Amino acid sequence: MKRGNIIKLTATVILVIIAVCFSIQPLTDSENGIPLGLDLKGGVHLVLQAEPGEDGVPVSKEDMAKARAIIEQRVNELGVSEPFIQVDEDKKRVIVELAGIEDPDKAVELLKTTAKLTFRDQEGNILLDGTELKDASAGVDSSMGQSGFVVHISFTPQGATEFADITTDLVGQKLGIYLDEKMIQNPVVSTPIVSGEGQIQGYSSLEEAAEYAVLLRSGALPVSLTVAEKRQVGALLGVDSLNKSLIACLYGIIFILLFMLTFYRLPGVVADISLAVFGLLVLWALYGLNAVLTLPGISGFVLSMGMAVDLNIVVYERIKEEIKLGKSLRAAVDAGFSRAFLTVLDSNITTLFAAGTLFFLGSSSIKGFALTLGIGIFASLFTAITFTRLLLRWIVGYKPNISKAWFGVRRDA
Amino acid sequence: MAENLQAPAKGVASYDQVKKEHKLYFNIVERRKLWYSISLTVILAGLISLFAQGLNFGIDFTGGDMIDIKFDTVVKQADISKALESVDLKGSVQLSAGDTEAIIRTEVLEETKRDELLKTIQEDVATYDTKMLKEDKVGPSIGVELRNDAFKALAVATVLMLIYISFRFKFIYAVTGIIALLHDVFITIGVFSILQWQIDASFVAAILTVFGYSINDTVVIFDRIRENEKRMKKRDSFKEMIDKSVWQTMHRSVNTTVTVLIALFAIFIFGGVSTKVFAFAMLIGVFSGAYSSIFIASQLIVTIKGKLGEISK
Repeated sequence: MKRGNIIKLTATVILVIIAVCFSIQPLTDSENGIPLGLDLKGGVHLVLQAEPGEDGVPVSKEDMAKARAIIEQRVNELGVSEPFIQVDEDKKRVIVELAGIEDPDKAVELLKTTAKLTFRDQEGNILLDGTELKDASAGVDSSMGQSGFVVHISFTPQGATEFADITTDLVGQKLGIYLDEKMIQNPVVSTPIVSGEGQIQGYSSLEEAAEYAVLLRSGALPVSLTVAEKRQVGALLGVDSLNKSLIACLYGIIFILLFMLTFYRLPGVVADISLAVFGLLVLWALYGLNAVLTLPGISGFVLSMGMAVDLNIVVYERIKEEIKLGKSLRAAVDAGFSRAFLTVLDSNITTLFAAGTLFFLGSSSIKGFALTLGIGIFASLFTAITFTRLLLRWIVGYKPNISKAWFGVRRDA
Repeated sequence: MAENLQAPAKGVASYDQVKKEHKLYFNIVERRKLWYSISLTVILAGLISLFAQGLNFGIDFTGGDMIDIKFDTVVKQADISKALESVDLKGSVQLSAGDTEAIIRTEVLEETKRDELLKTIQEDVATYDTKMLKEDKVGPSIGVELRNDAFKALAVATVLMLIYISFRFKFIYAVTGIIALLHDVFITIGVFSILQWQIDASFVAAILTVFGYSINDTVVIFDRIRENEKRMKKRDSFKEMIDKSVWQTMHRSVNTTVTVLIALFAIFIFGGVSTKVFAFAMLIGVFSGAYSSIFIASQLIVTIKGKLGEISK
């Protein structure tokens, strides 16, 4: 039995070390690991406020749904791996988060543009709007003798008929193509376009043509959107913050582990192993929930780590007290653990109330903090009752007359 | 005084034992007025500063634009100011990192205006890597919301914790616990007002964390008081019981505070600029939290019970 406990203890330590080693790769994998927030990998967070139209018509639910769909489409065109788009119905907002985007400036430009496409005559009267536009794509055209970058546009059958009428009327005149109030093209209509297929010429690069094509293709936003909040972090800066936070966490953790070892000796070893298990639990929980890790999230993790350390300290101090009162080690561990666990249960639940409130009432960055804190509290309590207690029992079971000094109790006590 | 003839209850440390065990023992309860005055002095200084100069609110609260540029070379403040002027903008420029990094604060910028400004800086001041650019633009309504949301969250959390502690302990514990918590929040805010450090959204997160941590710290001591109070005999002194409880949990209070402070120091020193405000606010809050748990929350129970006539003064 005694020998069995040493083997069990050693096996557990090895198992935990193996678990840590095997967890690093899947958890930190840049593709499938814990997703990082834009403050850690760069990107842009946008809050777009829908403004009521000039005629004072309030923004309807349908408008918001359509705005969301259009923004979603535009975001997909940007090729962001995991975009986050959310509509706040009450405040009439669309919240867009694009982590890891290469060129945030371009994304902002693309998303905020209303991009209402209209075809107008020379006097500026609107003849046709972009809702009948079926598709727009960039391409190279070399039919006119010299090659140029173009946007091919095609209309719905309804739009094709109307466009045919317009171009028939305007042969030899200029047709204004407007994106919002900005005239992007003013070609002379050479022949009536009856097929419903046309092209806009005069772009300086294929990229430019493609950008306009996206704007045209994703249709017009039903409402005008203004940027109410923008948080933009350069990709390299994000990596820089991530590295600094990791180094800070690493130093913090090393100091804590050393402190526990020097102060509590054998139970300190138990605490350190428990903290490793606690850390793994929290990170795997984040991974399982597909929760995004942000800077405030890391802070929440650090706080819950502090509380996990506190839990161990409360338990060991209590065990020490029980030892000093003359209890046997085994009895002291049992009594100390169960009594101290009730203590930290109350303190942890109280903090959990704060975390829960923040999660439900806080803004998105505070939510991230509250989530890791909440997960951390559960993980730390769970680790304590399953793991820490078991390990402590094995230790006292393995050598009942083990020197009390191992528990950090002074000999003269 | 007559000698105590009663043997201490089995398995319970006596007051004398607890006293003997701590080399630095001193009677905390008897000096409670000293602890109150220390706290009141700090809080008062903070309040005076709050009224006199307020808090240095960042754009997260006031609304505005903040652009953080890391230049490839050393730049001059005047050049950036000139660039601002040339595009008809007013704003403040703050240089750091050996004059290679600039934080520019302006009113809320239109995207076109912002592009114009960045282009001018790139051309007239110095080149920089756009991948190291950080920009925050906050509309005025968002800033007000941030403050209101935080207040709402704090108020709801306070009520919930008040109910929970009243339920698990007693109402008087809940009240003193919340007072200790507000004490920590006020001290943290006060220090930031005195130092005029600019506060941003992460400060709110820090205050909320202090909020959670402070009560966590206090409840562990309350738990011991609750346990000892149950064992009290009629002639036992309530004050002595409180003093004993505080000292029984002293090792834990000190050790936990030290470990948490170590972790926060690591974040403060090694963490990025964005986590500095958070870490500093937490350092103050945690220190104050440890102080208030020992010297304020538990002592207020004695004071309030004394005023209510439940115990001798």
